[in-house]
Amino acid sequence: MNWEVIIPLLIFIIAVFGIGYWASRHLRHKSNFMQEYFLGSRELGGLILAMTMIATYGSASSFIGGPGAAYHEGLGWVLLSMSQIATGYFVLMILGKKFAIMSRKYNAVTLVDFLKNRYNSTIVVILSAVSIIIFLFSAMAAQWVGGARLIGALTGLSYTSALFIFAVAVLIYVIIGGFRAIAVTDSMQGIIMFIGTFILLIATIIAGGGMGNIMSDLAAENELLISPFGVDGNLTSLYVSSFWILVGVGVVGLPQVAVRAMSYKDSRSMHRALIIGTFVVAFMMFGMHLAGVLARPILPELEVADNVMPTLAMTVLPAWLAGIVLAAPLAAIMSTVDALLLMVSSAVVKDIYYNYINPQATNQKVRNVSIGVTAILGVLVVLFALSPPEFLITLNLFAFGGLEAAFVWPLVLGLYWSKGNRYGALASIIIGVGSYIVIYVFFGEPLEQLGPFGMHSVVLPIVLSLMGYVFASLLTKEN
Amino acid sequence: MANDKHEEIDPRFKIANREALIGVGLALFNFIWWFAFAYGLGSKPVSEYHYILGMPAWFFYSCVIGSVIMIILVTVIVKFFFKEVPLDDEGEESP
Repeated sequence: MNWEVIIPLLIFIIAVFGIGYWASRHLRHKSNFMQEYFLGSRELGGLILAMTMIATYGSASSFIGGPGAAYHEGLGWVLLSMSQIATGYFVLMILGKKFAIMSRKYNAVTLVDFLKNRYNSTIVVILSAVSIIIFLFSAMAAQWVGGARLIGALTGLSYTSALFIFAVAVLIYVIIGGFRAIAVTDSMQGIIMFIGTFILLIATIIAGGGMGNIMSDLAAENELLISPFGVDGNLTSLYVSSFWILVGVGVVGLPQVAVRAMSYKDSRSMHRALIIGTFVVAFMMFGMHLAGVLARPILPELEVADNVMPTLAMTVLPAWLAGIVLAAPLAAIMSTVDALLLMVSSAVVKDIYYNYINPQATNQKVRNVSIGVTAILGVLVVLFALSPPEFLITLNLFAFGGLEAAFVWPLVLGLYWSKGNRYGALASIIIGVGSYIVIYVFFGEPLEQLGPFGMHSVVLPIVLSLMGYVFASLLTKEN
Repeated sequence: MANDKHEEIDPRFKIANREALIGVGLALFNFIWWFAFAYGLGSKPVSEYHYILGMPAWFFYSCVIGSVIMIILVTVIVKFFFKEVPLDDEGEESP
């Protein structure tokens, strides 16, 4: 066991517990349990709002898969990853003050609450809640597996014990602290991600003998590594550009991100979050992916590209500093998993239980049910992660794309287009999720997310669900 | 719907709509800058590349300068064009 690496990780996990405990004390003092547990009573300030949005969005793929792909493909993949800078400002600007005002007017706690009040349709509510539960649960299980693997790789523990440690670390603060604990730990995790990226990038440039030196090493190996087109010339401008749909238009529709756009205190917090968020996400995505490319001359023969980030940190940094840097991907995974867990729990408790099963539930009853459901979901996801069933892996493949395609138009057009109605929303959700499944069935497993017409597989479902929303709304227009 | 009427009266929604459109404009600008430099300069044969601070020029302009410009643009636009409005319905008639 490498204690110099493990100690920073331990300190990090202890700090997370402390925050969970602190947030749980807030829960006791607030009169409206549900608003506090699932939305932090809409009290987030600018820094925390920016960080929780980025940390929720930035997952295992930003710190493990992304740098791995960049290691393999070269600068073309860094270019591709830079489409994500849009997430720093786009979601908050598009949903913006209108979403914040309307969700307060509706007294909405979840994204589905907003849809319920906007469209007045039971079937829209049930379909949305069920797709959130199914898709986000499977996405969460996949992230959970990633978190346990990472801890296993860093500490040398077996998969099962690593999974157990990860589960305890995440479950406790989410269950006792709710949204406030998540948002505050996300901020800490976001700062760790930022600092980790900074240290790793600088150390890698130095270890490689300077930027110019590394670039000529790369060009000497294969000159396409420093072109925008990828190592085989396969990254076409169309394919790379289509990622702007996934991360630009699409992220607006991700429930776990959208719900944060209703959680801030006032306009000033939103303004600050826009500036901080754009800066942090730009630097983090750029730094992490570039480090993946620059690692190539330093670690020329890596068998599993996804190992590039941990291996690089252990190679170019002293052990104690590597421990701090390696807390970054762990933080990224934790901050995604915690948001997903609470999101699924809110869909079960607020959108289904409180809306349809027991609308008369008292504050105390809601409290018990919320904490109970969150705990049960957490234990379930750990059991699934012990040996992930096939259907879960399949579902996870199109979880985010499917949700984006389902929700982006009912949300955005629901805010800004007064003619949009429940039939449009219904069409959009069914077509969005459905077309993703059809593409999967006919095209098979999307290779590198490559979908029809040489674009990312999310593009077609998003376009189709837009058409579905507009046509269904216009056709069923009430006079 | 009752909301439609309301939206025309509420001056906050005018501000919100304008800011959402600014968001779309920023993303379009972001995309065009990113695309034009990456594929405009990057499509040349690699042997003809220019280098700035050790990086290929297409990469430097598209990814490094592009990010810096977006950060500056977002800051300036938020500071000077975004308006602070109350988000709660204080002082309004309750529905």
